[in-house]
Amino acid sequence: MNLTDPSWAIEADGLVKTFGANRAVDGVDLRVASGTVYGVLGPNGAGKTTTISMLATLLRPDAGAARIFGHDVVKEPQLVRQLIGVTGQYASVDETLSATENLVLFSRLLGLGRAEAKRKAAELLEEFGLTDAAKRPLKQFSGGMRRRLDLAASLIAQPPLIFLDEPTTGLDPRTRAQMWDTIRRLVSSGSTVLLTTQYLDEADQLADRIAVIDRGRVVAEGTADELKASVGSSSLQLRVADPRDLGDAQAAIERVLGVRATTSPEAGRLTAPMRDADRVTELLVTLREAGIHLTELSVQKPTLDEVFLTLTGHGVEADDTADDASAEPQFEGSRA
Amino acid sequence: MTTATIVPGAERALKNHVSLGQTVRNSLSMAYRGLLKIKRTPEQLVDVTLQPILFTLMFTYIFGGAIAGDALSYLPFFLPGILVQTVITTSVVTGVQLREDMDKGVFDRFRSLPIARVAPLAGALLADTVRYGIATTLTFVTGYLMGFRPEAGFGGVLAASVVVIVAAWALSWIFAFFGVIARSAGSVQGISFLVLFPLTFLSNAYVPADTMPDWLQWFVGINPVSHLVTAARGLTMGTDVTGDLFATLLGAAVVVAVFAPLTVRAYMRKA
Repeated sequence: MNLTDPSWAIEADGLVKTFGANRAVDGVDLRVASGTVYGVLGPNGAGKTTTISMLATLLRPDAGAARIFGHDVVKEPQLVRQLIGVTGQYASVDETLSATENLVLFSRLLGLGRAEAKRKAAELLEEFGLTDAAKRPLKQFSGGMRRRLDLAASLIAQPPLIFLDEPTTGLDPRTRAQMWDTIRRLVSSGSTVLLTTQYLDEADQLADRIAVIDRGRVVAEGTADELKASVGSSSLQLRVADPRDLGDAQAAIERVLGVRATTSPEAGRLTAPMRDADRVTELLVTLREAGIHLTELSVQKPTLDEVFLTLTGHGVEADDTADDASAEPQFEGSRA
Repeated sequence: MTTATIVPGAERALKNHVSLGQTVRNSLSMAYRGLLKIKRTPEQLVDVTLQPILFTLMFTYIFGGAIAGDALSYLPFFLPGILVQTVITTSVVTGVQLREDMDKGVFDRFRSLPIARVAPLAGALLADTVRYGIATTLTFVTGYLMGFRPEAGFGGVLAASVVVIVAAWALSWIFAFFGVIARSAGSVQGISFLVLFPLTFLSNAYVPADTMPDWLQWFVGINPVSHLVTAARGLTMGTDVTGDLFATLLGAAVVVAVFAPLTVRAYMRKA
C-alpha cells in the first residue's frame, strides 16, 4: 500500500501521546478508506478522544505520523483543518449564543458571506429539526439538541472527513436512534466518518470497519462480522455449584465447543464464546455426566465487555487488570 | 443529507497558510461573537459602568482639596488620570474573561477550524474596546456633571479617548497572555493586579510627580502610564504633547508586537 495514497482518508502510523507518565495513546495505526464509516471502539480512557484530537490537529503527537487525505497533520495543519469537521464529546458550541447565531458565526468564520451564512444556518437548522428552537438560548437545549447543533456546525463547510467523538454517549435511546439516522444520511452523501463509541452495538450498526482500542493501542481491527466472529456471536455464561469443578468445566468446554473459556474463580463463573447454539446441549450433557452441577446458565449477546475479555484477556474494569502480567500503567487521568 | 454531494478530499484546492485579509475577516467575526456575548450578558458591564462613576467622584473629593485647593481645580488634572486608571483596570477583565471563555468547549471547535490562529484572541480583545468606550464615556460624563470643562473641547476629549482606548487594547494583550498561561481565572486577576497597581499608582495619574523622592520621580518619568496620562491630559487641555503621544503609541505598538505572538504561541501550545 502506498503511504500517501489519496484514497485513504486517514493514515496513522505509530501515534503516541503521553500525558506525564501516562501513555494515553501508545502507538496507534489506522487506515480509513474514503467514503466509509470507521468505528473506534473502546472504554473510557482507552485513548479514543486523544487519538481524534491528534488526527484533528488539536493535539500534537509525541511520536508517529498521521495524514488526512495525504496531508500531514503536523506539517500542514491549516490544510487538514479545511478537510475535516469535528464534533466533540462535549458539544463544542457557544452556550451564550442562540442556535442561529452559532451557525452564522461558524459560517462566517468559514468564509461565507453575511446573507449566505444566514441561509446556510436556516438550512441546517431545518435539516436537523431545530428550526423551532433557533432563537432560544442554548442553555435551554436538551443534550440531544445540543449534539445535533454541534453536528450541524461541523457540516457547514461540507468537509469530506468528519470526526464524531462519542456522538450518542448520554443520549436516551430514541435520540440515539435519531442520531444514527443522521449519521447514515451523512455517509450517503459521500463523507468519510470516523466515530468513537463505547457501544459495540453502535459500531455494529454504523461502521464498515472497527478498530478496538485499549490502553492506547489497537487490539483488534476488522469488519463488524469479523470482530463478532472472534468473540462468538453470543457468549455462554455458566456458574458452577462447586468452585473446585471450575477446571474440569473449562476442560469440558474446550473439548466440546472447541473454545477456551475465561474463568472468574471468585464467582465460580465461566464465559465462553458460543458460535453454535446446538453444541450447548452436548456440553450440558457432558457436564452432567461428569457430575458438575450448575447454578446458573445464561446466553449473552456480545457486549464490549466480552469483546474485551476475548481480545485482551482482561475486562474493561480497572480492577480486573491487577493480575495482568504486562502491568501497563493504568489510565485514570487520561484526557481521553 | 444535503442535496450536494461532498467534494472528495483529494480533489480540493487547498493552501496551508492564512492570508492577512482572512486574518482580519476572522478576527472581525470573532469580535462579532464578543459583542453578542456582551449583549447576552449585560451584567458583565457592571465594572465599566459603576467603577468610572464611583472612582471619579470618590478620588476627586478625597484628593481634590489637598492637592489643588478645591475639587473643581483638581478635575482638569485628575480626570485624564482616573480615565487611564479605569480603562486599564478594565483591560485586566479582558484577560480574566478570556481565561473563562477558553475553558469552554467552543474553543475546541475554533481550534479545529481553518481560521487564523490569532482570530479567537484578537476578536475577543477587539470586542472589549466597547467596554473601554463605555468606561471612557462615563468617566467624562461624570466629570462634566461635576463641572469639568476641558479647554480643548469635545475634539480634545475625543482624541484623548481614542488614545486611551488604543493603549488599553495594546495592554490587554499582556493580560490576555496571563489569561492563556494561567491555570484559572482567579490567578489571572491576581497576577494582573500585581502588575497593574505599581504601574498606575507610581505615575503622575493622581498627583504631580515633583513632590516625590528622586528615584521615584525617575520611575514615574519612564513609566509608560505616565506618558499616556500626560498625552491624554494635554489633548484635553489643548497643550502640545507630541512627544508623549509618540512615546505612548510607540509603547503600545511594542507591547502588541511582543505579546500578541507570545500569546498566540502559548494559546497554540495549550491546544
